[in-house]
Amino acid sequence: MQKFRANLMVCAGTGCVACNALKVKKSLSDEIGKRRLQDEVQIVLTGCNGFCANGPIMSVQPDGIFYQKLKPEDIPIIVEEHLLKGRPVEKFMFREPESKTAVPKMNDIPFFKLQVLRALRNKGMIDPENIEDYISRDGYQAAAKALLELTPEETIKIVKDSGIRGRGGAGFPTGLKWEFCSKVISSSKYILCNGDEGDPGAFMDRSIMEADPHVVLEGMIIAGKAIGATKGYIYVRAEYPLAVKRLQLAIDQAKETGLLGENILDSGFSLDIEIYLGAGAFVCGEETALMRSLEGKRGMPRPRPPFPAVKGLWDKPTVLNNVETFANIPQIILNGAEWFRQLGTEKSTGTKVFVLTGAMNNIGLIEVPMGIPLKTIMYDIGGGISKGRKFKAVQGRHGRHKLYGERGEILSRVHRGRILRQMPSLQSGDAGDVRQIDRYNRGKRKGKRHRASPRPFA
Amino acid sequence: MAKLTISDLKQIKEKHKSTFTLREGGYRAKVTVHMGTCGIAAGARNIVNALMDEIGKSGADDIIVTTSGCAGLCSKEPMVTVEILNNPPVKYKELTEDGIREIFREHVLGGKIVDKFALVIGSETTY
Ligand SMILES: Cc1cc2nc3c(=O)[nH]c(=O)nc-3n(C[C@H](O)[C@H](O)[C@H](O)COP(=O)(O)O)c2cc1C
Ligand code: FES
Repeated sequence: MQKFRANLMVCAGTGCVACNALKVKKSLSDEIGKRRLQDEVQIVLTGCNGFCANGPIMSVQPDGIFYQKLKPEDIPIIVEEHLLKGRPVEKFMFREPESKTAVPKMNDIPFFKLQVLRALRNKGMIDPENIEDYISRDGYQAAAKALLELTPEETIKIVKDSGIRGRGGAGFPTGLKWEFCSKVISSSKYILCNGDEGDPGAFMDRSIMEADPHVVLEGMIIAGKAIGATKGYIYVRAEYPLAVKRLQLAIDQAKETGLLGENILDSGFSLDIEIYLGAGAFVCGEETALMRSLEGKRGMPRPRPPFPAVKGLWDKPTVLNNVETFANIPQIILNGAEWFRQLGTEKSTGTKVFVLTGAMNNIGLIEVPMGIPLKTIMYDIGGGISKGRKFKAVQGRHGRHKLYGERGEILSRVHRGRILRQMPSLQSGDAGDVRQIDRYNRGKRKGKRHRASPRPFA
Repeated sequence: MAKLTISDLKQIKEKHKSTFTLREGGYRAKVTVHMGTCGIAAGARNIVNALMDEIGKSGADDIIVTTSGCAGLCSKEPMVTVEILNNPPVKYKELTEDGIREIFREHVLGGKIVDKFALVIGSETTY
């Protein structure tokens, strides 16, 4: 094993690649070659780090010095100053929005510091295209445990006790879903992963699939064993080319090393996983529609019951879970239900990945404990509302249609597209950070009626 | 690659341990080589190479090497700072390749400060 004194973790997630990360990487390898540092310094391409708006980004390990908004022409100075002379270059560091002082280390930037990484624990740490990187971070240990040490009942009990609920939106207890399906007797059963992610602006699942594709496979293997699945499918929208590429690569590597396919780890359990490309219809994210789409039919939901756990894909017992749900499973199996419950609330355990977007200072992807105050997310992690604008209101969960004020008080109710009660403060002229209100005001000016956006929160 | 077994999984993890010590932090010892213009002129690159060579030979996976700028004592370069977890950092001066090899074996691995090269105990922390 060659030893390097430094690892340059260059983000190659979709966001950073879109702003030229691969040219930055090319410039890095050229410059490192020129300085003859190639035996001392290794470049690693990682998945999304969640700070996409500041991309391309790179962290230098050890020490985790963080650089952002890099351009290929910035590289020579970084290589000379930091890698050769050991002087991190302030110019490309993150700056505190208010004091403008540079924050050298990734973990000192509030955006990163306040997060708790579980589903995203490998982000920025591994090369997603290298199965050995994943294995080095305890990858496939949980699958080994579930296949060789635990009975399906024991696995299901751990998942049930952890209290984890589906991350796809409905929040159904995952262990319970598995239990239903495991009790149905059938010659074939399916384990499906929902990577459709139709919610506008959301990219939690894409980011996991890109940054850590093996964790999705491992979660599916564990679930597959628990319910007795004979085949697995990952349903991903075709607009996610990088996710599809990395998942396929991960599947190929897992098959080649016997972590998928016949008799996995000599446990007697066999599972094959295939990717199915969705055409990007929002409704195909709904479980029954997704299964129809997978069957090659038009993706239309059907009434339940029968539930998919009994009659799902091709009328066989099927479990569908979201990408992020699967990404949590290996850690639960390795560390136990109690460990998982340490974070979150009584009813919603663990962490959740969220996307920050819109008029925020820090835009990106975050993972935080369930039950964290919205205020912490907005002001401490998100760095507050951009351009010094004021907070106006929060639109609550889909289906309730309420607008909440700063102290959690209800400002107005929206019903069938109409705001029924409105507080005077919402009518003042300054820009709000909730788009619904902006749109309402704009609509009013033009004499139009406001239409509530269909799904603000999944 | 052939079909993996449980022990293969453990072996792969073991093989990459030093890489992940580097990425995750959690190292036991850190050696900082001062690489200002003065340090480089005095041969700091060779110090780094000798150090990497020693680490490779020892098979240790919990030691990292970093570089930092001029330590402010240009006439005493090449210099390194050795930080062992929970111990104050020790600065060494006027090193040779053999010197750094000795420091690596005696201090980094063995925990004994090498007096003949030692300059001070305790110094500014590096980042
Ligand atoms: C219209 C509609 C769209 C949905 N879109 C998604 C989606 O994009 N991704 C997802 O994981 N779940 C989506 N769901 C939820 C799924 O039906 C299902 O509950 C979920 O994938 C189950 O996985 P979980 O229990 O792990 O959350 C959608 C539901 C509805 C009604
Ligand atoms: S793609 Fe680089 S941080 Fe998201």
